Amino acid sequence: MQRQFDWGRFLLIAIPFLWLLIFFLLPFAIVVKISLSDAANALPPYIPTLNLSEGWSGITSFISQLDLESFAWLLDDKIYFLSYLNSLKIAFISTLLTLLIGYPMAYGLAKAPQRWRTVLLMLVILPFWTSFLIRVYAWIGILKPEGLLNMGLMSLGLIEQPLAIINTPTAVYIGIVYSYLPFLVLPLYATLEKLDQTLIEAALDLGCSPIQAFWKVTFPLSLPGVVAGCFLVFIPAMGEFVIPDLLGGSDTLMIGKTLWSEFFGNRDWPVASAVAVVLLLSLVVPIVIFQRMQERQREAEA
Amino acid sequence: MNVTRFGWFNLTSLIIAFSFLYLPILLLILFSFNASKLVTVWGGFSTKWYVSLFQNEMFMTAAWVTLKVALVSASLATILGTMAAIVLTRVGRFRGRLLFSGMVYSPLVMPEVITGLALLLLFVAIGLDRGYWTITLAHTTLTMCFVTVVVSSRLVSFDKSLEEAALDLGCTKLSAFFQVTLPIILPAIIAGWLLAFTLSLDDLVIASFTSGPGSTTLPMKIYSQVRLGLNPEINALSTLLILLVSIGVIIASLVSKRAEEQNV
Repeated sequence: MQRQFDWGRFLLIAIPFLWLLIFFLLPFAIVVKISLSDAANALPPYIPTLNLSEGWSGITSFISQLDLESFAWLLDDKIYFLSYLNSLKIAFISTLLTLLIGYPMAYGLAKAPQRWRTVLLMLVILPFWTSFLIRVYAWIGILKPEGLLNMGLMSLGLIEQPLAIINTPTAVYIGIVYSYLPFLVLPLYATLEKLDQTLIEAALDLGCSPIQAFWKVTFPLSLPGVVAGCFLVFIPAMGEFVIPDLLGGSDTLMIGKTLWSEFFGNRDWPVASAVAVVLLLSLVVPIVIFQRMQERQREAEA
Repeated sequence: MNVTRFGWFNLTSLIIAFSFLYLPILLLILFSFNASKLVTVWGGFSTKWYVSLFQNEMFMTAAWVTLKVALVSASLATILGTMAAIVLTRVGRFRGRLLFSGMVYSPLVMPEVITGLALLLLFVAIGLDRGYWTITLAHTTLTMCFVTVVVSSRLVSFDKSLEEAALDLGCTKLSAFFQVTLPIILPAIIAGWLLAFTLSLDDLVIASFTSGPGSTTLPMKIYSQVRLGLNPEINALSTLLILLVSIGVIIASLVSKRAEEQNV
């Protein structure tokens, strides 16, 4: 037993701990505080500001000036509610679409000959490393009315008028599926690759057709990977800003975009903070479910 | 996965999925060599957009700011993230462990608009002037969590008895770390640094919130140009960035593969 205080261990824990407390937890406390403040024509643009030099009376008058006005405002103006609803809808539909493309892809990867797999996996990961912004930008040139997709389809004689894709929700779906596909494919591949082959063999021996064996054995066993992958698409898609902003046009409301314009456009910091608080609360449930599941899986593996 | 064969269906789905992933990038690269100013009409081969890109001072200044932020924040994040990974996998129980692991893992899934807004409000509240350093601090905080994930998965998978042997043979904890643990987890630390570096290079949202006058990063510059319309210089710039990152990733994976083979 060590009697002496273990300074090494203390510093090892304290340095990253303090960093995260100051730069991660404290900022959220400030967001909550400012969401309870009122916008003002001042620097910084909100009141009240805490004045510690007045001592206790400064603190009490500070607290008494906090209110829920910004949150009431969120309920008043329909744009916020519509943004949340639309974010939910867009995140949900694009998660389903990602699964529709990602499942056959992960399945194909898991069945690919061993010697190709390293290269193929690398090809899945590589786009994840290249700039998100650039990959979204690439789609603008493809989806525009005079873009490559419309030019191609028109020269083939398949359409006569250019399709309006950019600045619609369809473009946002394409952007999200494209950007988040690797997030779904990788965990799903990991699950499919570890699958016990003898179970499928048994199903085939007992008279299942390969398709029946897939739906009765492979698919149910891959569900943990499906769910993990879907959460990894759904959660960031909810708060997405770049994709709806560049591909969705001004009519596609999403909450990340609303927060951005509230902050940079209207300079209303309290309302932007209130939007952030509500978005955070709506994400807490899926995040907690996701982390629980990850832990359960880790325990099952250990 | 070898009971049923790799069939036509699998091959087709892989071809479709990979074309979907790579066609947009390939088209972007192709059109960066387009002589025409119209981004979507082919007007012959030319490298003039690369020339005008390097003469564009705004882009070059932004690139320099971005590079400085990425180098410093990735290095800080690697140190802090590795420490956090050791805390999570090696030091056992301590007060606030649950809070600690929560704080390490939540930034990974936190929407960037929230993290950016929260950090900005912190910098305003403590009266820090916004600019190069605030972006660096923000990126360090975000990317250290990614480093922790990468490094801790390596720490979990390797044989603890090696460290114990070093301690039994009289090493202090510190020298056991530097002589035994560090060489083994070094590939993961390098991978973590590269991940942190590219994430910082790429970030638009958090940088927009935490930057100040005179510290525009490359993604912010690209974003403001893209909002004005398509621009062949952006294609050229994107091609260079894609090339840089691809080479980096390929080298990194070769290095880590070799290191793994040596360790086994």
